[in-house]
Amino acid sequence: MTETLLSFDDVLERYDPALGLEVHVELNTASKMFCGCATVFGAEPNTQVCPTCLGLPGAMPVVNRTAVESAIRIGLALNCSIAEWCRFARKNYFYPDMPKNFQTSQYDEPIAYDGWMDVTVPIDGGDDETFRVEIERAHMEEDTGKSTHVGTTGRIHGADYSLVDYNRAGIPLIEIVTKPIRGAGAKAPEVARAYVQQLRDLIVALGVSEARMDQGNLRADVNLSLSPKGSGTLGTRTETKNVNSFRSVERAVRFEMQRHAAILDGGGSILQETRHWHEDTGITTSGREKSDAEDYRYFPEPDLVPVAPSREWVEELRGTLPENPTARRARLQTEWGFSDLEMRDTVGAGALGLVEETIAAGAAPQAARKWWLGELARRANDTDTEIGALGVGPADVAAVQQLVDAGTINDKLARQVFEGLYAGEGTPEEIVAARGLAIVSDDSALGAAVDKAIVENPDVADKIRDGKVAAAGALIGAVMKEMRGQADAARVRELILEKLT
Amino acid sequence: MTATDWTRRTAAELVDALAAGETTSVELTQAHLDRIAAVDGAVHAFLQVDTDGALAQASAADERRAAGSPASALDGVPIAVKDVLATKGLPTTCGSRILEGWVPPYDATVVARLRAAGLPILGKTNMDEFAMGSSTEHSAYGPTHNPWDLDRIPGGSGGGSAAAVAAFEAPLAIGTDTGGSIRQPGAVTGTVGVKPTYGGVSRYGLVALANSLDQAGPVTRTVLDSALLHELIGGHDPLDSTSIDQPLPALVEAARQGATGDLSGVRIGVVTELGGEGYQTGVLARFQESVDLMVKAGAEVVEVSCPSFVHALATYYLILPAEASSNLAKFDAMRYGLRVWPEGIENASAEEVMRATRDAGFGDEVKRRIILGTYALSSGYYDAYYGQAQKVRTLVTRDFEAAFAQADVLVSPTAPTTAFRLGEKVDDPLAMYLNDLATIPANLSGVPGISVPSGLAEEDGLPTGVQILAPVQADDRVYRVGAALETLLEQQWGGPLLAKAPTLDALRDGSSLASSGTGDQA
Repeated sequence: MTETLLSFDDVLERYDPALGLEVHVELNTASKMFCGCATVFGAEPNTQVCPTCLGLPGAMPVVNRTAVESAIRIGLALNCSIAEWCRFARKNYFYPDMPKNFQTSQYDEPIAYDGWMDVTVPIDGGDDETFRVEIERAHMEEDTGKSTHVGTTGRIHGADYSLVDYNRAGIPLIEIVTKPIRGAGAKAPEVARAYVQQLRDLIVALGVSEARMDQGNLRADVNLSLSPKGSGTLGTRTETKNVNSFRSVERAVRFEMQRHAAILDGGGSILQETRHWHEDTGITTSGREKSDAEDYRYFPEPDLVPVAPSREWVEELRGTLPENPTARRARLQTEWGFSDLEMRDTVGAGALGLVEETIAAGAAPQAARKWWLGELARRANDTDTEIGALGVGPADVAAVQQLVDAGTINDKLARQVFEGLYAGEGTPEEIVAARGLAIVSDDSALGAAVDKAIVENPDVADKIRDGKVAAAGALIGAVMKEMRGQADAARVRELILEKLT
Repeated sequence: MTATDWTRRTAAELVDALAAGETTSVELTQAHLDRIAAVDGAVHAFLQVDTDGALAQASAADERRAAGSPASALDGVPIAVKDVLATKGLPTTCGSRILEGWVPPYDATVVARLRAAGLPILGKTNMDEFAMGSSTEHSAYGPTHNPWDLDRIPGGSGGGSAAAVAAFEAPLAIGTDTGGSIRQPGAVTGTVGVKPTYGGVSRYGLVALANSLDQAGPVTRTVLDSALLHELIGGHDPLDSTSIDQPLPALVEAARQGATGDLSGVRIGVVTELGGEGYQTGVLARFQESVDLMVKAGAEVVEVSCPSFVHALATYYLILPAEASSNLAKFDAMRYGLRVWPEGIENASAEEVMRATRDAGFGDEVKRRIILGTYALSSGYYDAYYGQAQKVRTLVTRDFEAAFAQADVLVSPTAPTTAFRLGEKVDDPLAMYLNDLATIPANLSGVPGISVPSGLAEEDGLPTGVQILAPVQADDRVYRVGAALETLLEQQWGGPLLAKAPTLDALRDGSSLASSGTGDQA
């Protein structure tokens, strides 16, 4: 079924968008939220389980203190108030991959509440704009197991059977919920993307999660509604689930704005429902309806005592917060001497931390920027992968640049080294050796190629003999071609001039 | 009865006999297994008897004792465990079809402590399904019969543990008490039952009925035996966040002190609201007699009023079903227990299998409470029901605090009536719920309580019980006063009340009883 969409400009002419973002962050604690089971990613199915996370009769939960600590640090970094006393609650619903058929979560007593985050949104041809996103709450909960539906469709309908892996069940999650974000207008898609991206940067800086969207460590649900322009009301919203890249967050907001507007323009009304995002086609489709909304029958978890973080502890944790990302960005821009545009592109590519680490590993700022925003950003885009998940890290990039600086390879050969890195062929040095990529500057090898070029291009050679030194470029090109790009161009030029003048 | 009938001894006496080398754990474990074989066909206290396991544990206990290093004071004394506690390698059903055949891969903390202390586990005792009931008639495996009169109920939900102890099938048992499931069976079978302070005994591995009310505790024939067992299973457990991280009071010492029969200086509060209308004449007569005895022993009696107690039953029947409806959601046929495929549906979905399984696996009382609890927690009703119930719960606690400012312990009849006939109230849930009228307030507030036999009601000759309640973490008081009352009454009776119970010895000759109607037990 194809959806009718209104053009984005028309949407803005007639409607005001309101956004709401719910982001789930999977913490990187060594053990689960309520038991001592390990949390290693990719372990054999059902090997990291115990009576508690399997929900066996009689088993009981115990709160992971490190998870509470991470939740408080996230809350503080989002300028939230930290509850002096809060409880867990049971969210009751049946689902085969949820062992207890209730999720231990928090309901009306979140650990962190009433915060904000300033996000930086680029303006075409102008300075960056800062947009304040109000945070409603950040609360603790546990993840569910993971179902795999085996059969031709890969979905639950039409599956021959389903397999459930409970390794993920009970892994700690922090859910961060914004208040309705209004007034973003045409910038709504960018604000949504910038918020998720900068939230991720914050989480990474806090060191509390791997925060990789492609691995599901960070999952975003996008709520959107439209109201008639200037009305000041809130329309009926849809919730688009599990949008798993920054680009998709932006695209999903844009798509839903256009879809809502087309329905409203046609005199229809929006169905309050969950929508599924389709990465490949860039559209959302209807999920389960929320109008017969599940009644989760929340009540305080009687198996757990309240969490009451002392003010001393909270202040101690406040002291461990990393630099505020906005301040950090300004500092780095000065240190690196980047222009606004260069900085914005770096942040926009999600490469700020990567560039910083690459510089720390020894590369010059512009070189680090060049590789991440050129070669690696292109690769990320082509393969639809997060830039941090390419299998090439800051240390690799710095090592490649060192080889360039040392004259071992040039930029062109460096691209082949990156090919080798994507293919997992080893370190940059190993790839240069294995692929034979090192530049030849040895006179005996170069001399033969230069002689061959002179013989094969007598006209050019004559021009040089006549003093037209600029013509040497043509001979250098011939030599490079002969040596598959691996010749030291400066030395080749010297040899040509030595031989012909 | 012969001189070597070890089943008639108290646990404390068995401890002495083992220490003196008069018997072995294997000998007395075998004696209890023999007794079970002889009478349990009629009593049906056990759902599962672990003959081999118990004897192996007994033999290990004897080896430890021979080596001079017993694991605990009770090492080698056999015990029965209510089937609501997870036992590694031994089926745990909670009296429900939905868990038929489930063998837990882990031990409840209480069970782990029993094993570590060397008590051979004779088997698992019968109970109302998921501990919902006051008669054990709601067991999916058939009711347990009261050893005093096999046509009558043994109380519930822990009727199996109480009957096992009353019928001399086990010297000790573990029960669980959510609204009276240890104390009320104790009263109607002439045995002792203790509900410890909430958080005093770990709930890890106790299949939850209502998490904020449940508490495991001792079921025995004497107050001292309960104290011995309580000290062994109690104390902090890091696996249960709600368990109290403080040492237990000296319970055995309190029981021994009480056994002198002296109650000088003890203030005893009689709760106005826990007596009178709805209580059987003989129950009230025996209660008054106990109070008079305590006064003679030096106690000071005050009457205290706990006005909120009249709302306790209604409060309980909101909180319990709410928590239970959520706890029981995990029984969905996905990971363990019963799995029923719906009839007439090809390629049934997970939801359809869940529905069919829960329909077939749960009994009516369980379904009734799941529906009640689901309703009470529903959006729009939460504040009126669950929220309101929590407020009343706070009022009940305030009543207790005010009462304990005037008295060291509070007393009342444990149950309003003696054991009724099997089938008499099974179709009348409200009448059934009234059995726990006097015991429920303690669970709502977490205070400890004991039920001690107080004699036989004149009108039917059946056992009655007195309940003694103390402030949170003052469990030692219930043992002191309970032991004193036990001593005073036994002086009057000339021996333990259970000496007056039918011996059931006729069953040893293989003669069957017409009233034993259940066939699930080998």
